[in-house]
Amino acid sequence: MKITMAHGSGGRETSALIEALFASRFDNPALARMEDAAVVEGAQRLALTTDSFVVTPLFFPGGDIGRLAVCGTVNDLLMSGAVPRYLTCGFLIEEGADTQVLERIAASMAQTAREARLSIVAGDTKVVEGKGGVYINTAGVGFVPQGRELGAACLQKGDVLLLSGPLGDHHAAILSARMGIENAIRSDCAPLGEGVFALFDAGVRVRAMRDVTRGGLATVLNEWADRSGYAVHLKEEALPVSQEVRAFCGILGLDPLTMGNEGKFVAAVAPQDVSRALSALRSARYCAEAAVIGEISGADEAGVLLHTRLGGIRRVPPLYGEGLPRIC
Amino acid sequence: MTGLVRALREYDGPPVRLMEVCGTHTASIAQNGIRSLLPPSIQLVSGPGCPVCVTVTAYLDRLIALSRRPDTVVVSFGDLLRVPGSRESLAGAKAAGGQVQMVYSPMDLLRLAKEKPGRIFVFAAVGFETTAPVYAMLLNRAKEEKLENIRLLTSLKTMPPVIDWVCRQGTVDGFLAPGHVSVVTGSRIFEPLAAQYRLPFAVAGFSGETILAALCTLVKYRGQGRVVNLYPSVVTGEGNRRAQAAVEECFVPCDAAWRGIGVITGSGLQLREEYRAFDAGSDGLLEDREANPACRCAQVLMGELLPGGCPLFGAVCTPNTPQGACMVSTEGSCYHAFLNGGGSQ
Repeated sequence: MKITMAHGSGGRETSALIEALFASRFDNPALARMEDAAVVEGAQRLALTTDSFVVTPLFFPGGDIGRLAVCGTVNDLLMSGAVPRYLTCGFLIEEGADTQVLERIAASMAQTAREARLSIVAGDTKVVEGKGGVYINTAGVGFVPQGRELGAACLQKGDVLLLSGPLGDHHAAILSARMGIENAIRSDCAPLGEGVFALFDAGVRVRAMRDVTRGGLATVLNEWADRSGYAVHLKEEALPVSQEVRAFCGILGLDPLTMGNEGKFVAAVAPQDVSRALSALRSARYCAEAAVIGEISGADEAGVLLHTRLGGIRRVPPLYGEGLPRIC
Repeated sequence: MTGLVRALREYDGPPVRLMEVCGTHTASIAQNGIRSLLPPSIQLVSGPGCPVCVTVTAYLDRLIALSRRPDTVVVSFGDLLRVPGSRESLAGAKAAGGQVQMVYSPMDLLRLAKEKPGRIFVFAAVGFETTAPVYAMLLNRAKEEKLENIRLLTSLKTMPPVIDWVCRQGTVDGFLAPGHVSVVTGSRIFEPLAAQYRLPFAVAGFSGETILAALCTLVKYRGQGRVVNLYPSVVTGEGNRRAQAAVEECFVPCDAAWRGIGVITGSGLQLREEYRAFDAGSDGLLEDREANPACRCAQVLMGELLPGGCPLFGAVCTPNTPQGACMVSTEGSCYHAFLNGGGSQ
């Protein structure tokens, strides 16, 4: 079936679409009441976030827009120290979209939500004129345990940086799909709960965490440096990048440090807790290749400094522009 | 620390100024932090080997004008989009309704031309000896498939004439020769220049180690007219004959304008008479007028001025607000100097 403007009318077609496509897949008590807003248990410290997802193609090796829309918001909640609980989703659907495509997206979202142990409790659907595209907004709520404070302001001199796995896979997978390049690179798109909870369960003193999405590690760490006033030192040799991604970057002139990921996070932890943190992370799903990549140093320096394989030092800037492939 | 770094640090001869000509070398030098490893007596300057950086404003203005024609789509590599013309950039023209499309390969033009036969697709054909064979391949495919809506606006340049120009300025003691260009042209193409000016040329790949090895070679042979090929796995003396033949079939040498330098005799390539039907009006695009008169791109391109010496660098001119091409291109010397915090390095 093709989506028509009638599916966005708010009338019977709209309800039918929502019932058939989304409600059946996201089924849970809060959603099943189908009221104007979901009513859920609360009265704790809340974390709230929202994000919109636009990706071409909608399905790519290692993921799809649905999995992306759940993981993106779940991971943002996790980075604030929250336990993700509830998600809302808004669909902007262009006229002409195929309901089979929407079914695949909804199934993927439901499966990812189950994996991330949260419920999709409210949603919205709008149909607009266009060429059959699909865009998704998700908003998430999570509960933050009392006493847990994370963020750039908590960074301390000597903190050690851990990265949950290799850089650049999502960016390279999407670019490969767009450019019709065949390779074995798959998006890393994943919910990061297991890795994050493993750190807390092991009693690691985590100062700050960020998921390394668009803009890449370089952009995230420059934000930490700017906000904390400390310098961030990275070891080039320690940065995990797969052979395939490295080769792909070499051809296109891309830098894994500024490439986007959808299932990686960087954590700053107390130096005494590093070995515990590393073994906890490596035993968690999606974090088996976690590595120590650098540290926070004193306020007498600034910015992000990379110690190169050759023994040189260079400043790592945040991403400027779009990171376009070079031409010769 | 590697032995190569130690050898360079122990250099105790007179100060030397070495030029990397290729933009990919510029990028690798920055990414490997190579300047931080060198003693003050060895200075690296970037040369005119970034194709986007040496493109004159008349060419960009012509592209912008073409993008405004209702039946025409300008197709370009991403790097060129933000380079300022005399009044605006291609990206600015696009935002104002001009028809501009970015692609990763010139061969994408074949698909576009087939999808929309009613439109004329003009490729912004900039580049050096490396990229010219791809354009030749494109035109031959277009001929085979009888696609009549493909055009090139050419601003193709060749390396030896501009390196000759740099040699005549007498400010450089040796060249890290362009690696990709050498794959096509062969390393022997630099021998006449090396002999005439008694300068060493090292042909090298792009890893940090090979660049260090090339710098050691250049220091060692300072004052000697030698060409040393450190990239023998892909560069031969005679180069890629097939690629050279493909270029010769489609193009002939012409005079070309270089941003900030002016016209250099025989330093460009234009379409041969029998391929002129593919030309989108590339003749006479020689004028070069900086959008910002204070811009010192020209001297930076020639290695006469380090990026930090330009009055606009880092203040008015940044990667987000580029005033000149050297700050736009991911192979530009100002771009890398800004990003790596080393305008004066």
